[in-house]
Amino acid sequence: MKKQTFDTRPAGPKPWNDPQVRSIFFQTIAIALVFWGGWVLVENTLSNMESRGISTGFGFLDETAGFGIIMNLVPYDATMSYGRTFWVGLTNTLLVSAMGVVAATILGFIIGVARLSSNWLVAKMALVYIEVIRNIPLLLQIFFWYFAVLSNLPSPRQSVDVGGALFLNNRGLYLPEPLTQDGFGLVWGGILLAIAAVVAIRVWAKKRQLATGQIFPTFKVGVAILIAVPIISYLAAGSPIEWDIPALKGFNFGGGITIIPELAALWIALSLYTASFIAEIVRSGILSVSKGQTEASKALGLPNGLTLRLVIIPQAMRVIIPPLTSQYLNLVKNSSLATAIGYPDLVAVFMGTTLNQTGQAVEVVAITMAVYLTISLLISLFMNIYNRAVAIKER
Amino acid sequence: MTESTMKAPKKALRPVKWMRENLFSGWFNTVLTLGVAYLLVTSVGPLLNWFFLDANFVGSDASDCTGAGACWLFISQRLNFFIYGFYPDELQWRVDVMFLLLAVAFVPQFIERFPGRKWLGLFGIFGLPVVGYFLIPGGAFGLEEVQSSKWGGLMLTLILAYIGIIASLPIGILLALGRRSEMPIIRGICVIFIEVWRAVPLITVLFMASVMLPLFLPEGVNFEKLARALIGITLWQSAYMAEVIRGGLQAIPRGQYEAADALGLGYWRKVGLVILPQALKMVIPGIVNTFISLFKDTTLVLIIGLFDILGTVQSTVTDPAWQNVAIEGYVFVAFCFWIFCFGISRYSQNLERKLDTGHKT
Repeated sequence: MKKQTFDTRPAGPKPWNDPQVRSIFFQTIAIALVFWGGWVLVENTLSNMESRGISTGFGFLDETAGFGIIMNLVPYDATMSYGRTFWVGLTNTLLVSAMGVVAATILGFIIGVARLSSNWLVAKMALVYIEVIRNIPLLLQIFFWYFAVLSNLPSPRQSVDVGGALFLNNRGLYLPEPLTQDGFGLVWGGILLAIAAVVAIRVWAKKRQLATGQIFPTFKVGVAILIAVPIISYLAAGSPIEWDIPALKGFNFGGGITIIPELAALWIALSLYTASFIAEIVRSGILSVSKGQTEASKALGLPNGLTLRLVIIPQAMRVIIPPLTSQYLNLVKNSSLATAIGYPDLVAVFMGTTLNQTGQAVEVVAITMAVYLTISLLISLFMNIYNRAVAIKER
Repeated sequence: MTESTMKAPKKALRPVKWMRENLFSGWFNTVLTLGVAYLLVTSVGPLLNWFFLDANFVGSDASDCTGAGACWLFISQRLNFFIYGFYPDELQWRVDVMFLLLAVAFVPQFIERFPGRKWLGLFGIFGLPVVGYFLIPGGAFGLEEVQSSKWGGLMLTLILAYIGIIASLPIGILLALGRRSEMPIIRGICVIFIEVWRAVPLITVLFMASVMLPLFLPEGVNFEKLARALIGITLWQSAYMAEVIRGGLQAIPRGQYEAADALGLGYWRKVGLVILPQALKMVIPGIVNTFISLFKDTTLVLIIGLFDILGTVQSTVTDPAWQNVAIEGYVFVAFCFWIFCFGISRYSQNLERKLDTGHKT
């Protein structure tokens, strides 16, 4: 007998109730909306630019800029192009960001540890610092350092003089500049040699420790080599550095390295502000390591220093790194507040003066945003790589 | 109980012992304590003198500031400008009404068991913007119109932060839902939107809003400077808001989604009735924290030429009628911001402790 088959599956949903059909439908609409919106924007922008007589394209980058910038790390003068102003601004942004990251990290770790100090007075002072600084807008702090503190310093003629080489006045901080003479290559060679030696010693010490259990004082020996070898090579090359000492010429100082007050104010404010956030991150990171870990390492007979270095810090870093990354990102983004006091960073120079002179709003804004996007992605990338290296290795 | 059991010794507060344990344990701590104490003693005295003892409180203009200390006279004389900006004197009652309503709506939130505090909070979120929309600019119901270019001071700071947070909330919710969506294209659009705004500094967003927005719009359509700044702030803030809300969405157990599906609820009812009420409650502290950072960031609008509270102070400290009052001005603004931010952050910490039900996954 022929077997009768029944289709026991329920009838499929109506096409307009089918999740898959719906999903495709909505996504098509979303794409259409985005493209339509983009098209309207482009259309509007093009017609607006045409009616205002603004040309499109990146040709303006080759035109002569014709304005001066008070601080430049790459060679620049007013006869150079707008493209050059971009590099000047970018390097200035990177400089203040790098300086800020270093200072804020050091300060933040010190204050974070102080916050956990067994010393009541120190712990309370750290708490007061954190609660005061992070609840006051950064821009206000920058203004405070620039307009209230640094501009009240003495004029160049009455400048604070430290040993006849270092001068501080309301035009900035003047430092002697080391000028490398012939034969400095030997010193570079010494530095490279020292680094290579330290790496080699580290590898060898680790191998020996794994094989025999004997510990080699890598850190102390490494520091000694890093200090001694460059100094010896420096002396051997006949001290190939000459110092360009700043001196008062007329109304202002000439020679040496100048740290302009705009840079100093921005750097101080950025470091102090970010440090207060980093301190809290460090504190919670250290607290996240459970007491059992400390006790276990004590039970193994590790001394305090090694407990800290081998047990607490590696585990605390795991908690600290992700929020620390976002603080670094914030610092780089906040460095754009430079505009408010006239430090020539990317936003002030490129998005400010260059945009005003050329009127190429779309191109300039797009380039600036792309730079910040790239910096953000790069920092996240490096921190992710590091994070992966220190993450818990589970079997 | 046997004879030999003894009561635990009383823990009397013994200052000497406390100090030995907390301040002078070991030579390092002693040195540290003495150093910090020395710094405190040498700096607190002059600061107190500057702030209070040598300061000038009464008088009418700069010539009355004769003491060596702070010139608080400057603040009290220009206080009206710092709070209302250029808002006409005789119409300032409208702003005062808004301040009052704001206080009525939000101060009870700090007091537990205040009757009807939920409704006051909802009024603060939904009703207050409507009232403010008619009251502050005027131009309707027989109220005299006040151009937005005349708004300034503390009032403008509050308007920017308040509208920024209220307007970014719905956009942030949509973006967060989009980022958690199963449709790849919608998810992609939301991810790109969120990440781009989060990567760029607010100042570039404000520049963009003031320079590029007029180019984007069809000819004839134009916004005032304040509206452009608000659009920029809202878009930027909504990206941060989306990330906060996404945290809440991720914390909802899968079972809740599946239960809602099993009940036959459609997407919007599932989200609106089951998921969002739980998720939003969970992220209230996060939203409050974003509000604090937005509140501090509103000071940036002075760079595009709006007069918020820092802008008004900054423009007066350069006034030749007053000499060297920059520090007083900055201290005043810092104090205003600090009171707000510290108070709100304490509130959010309190809330976090209360909302922490202990069964987080």
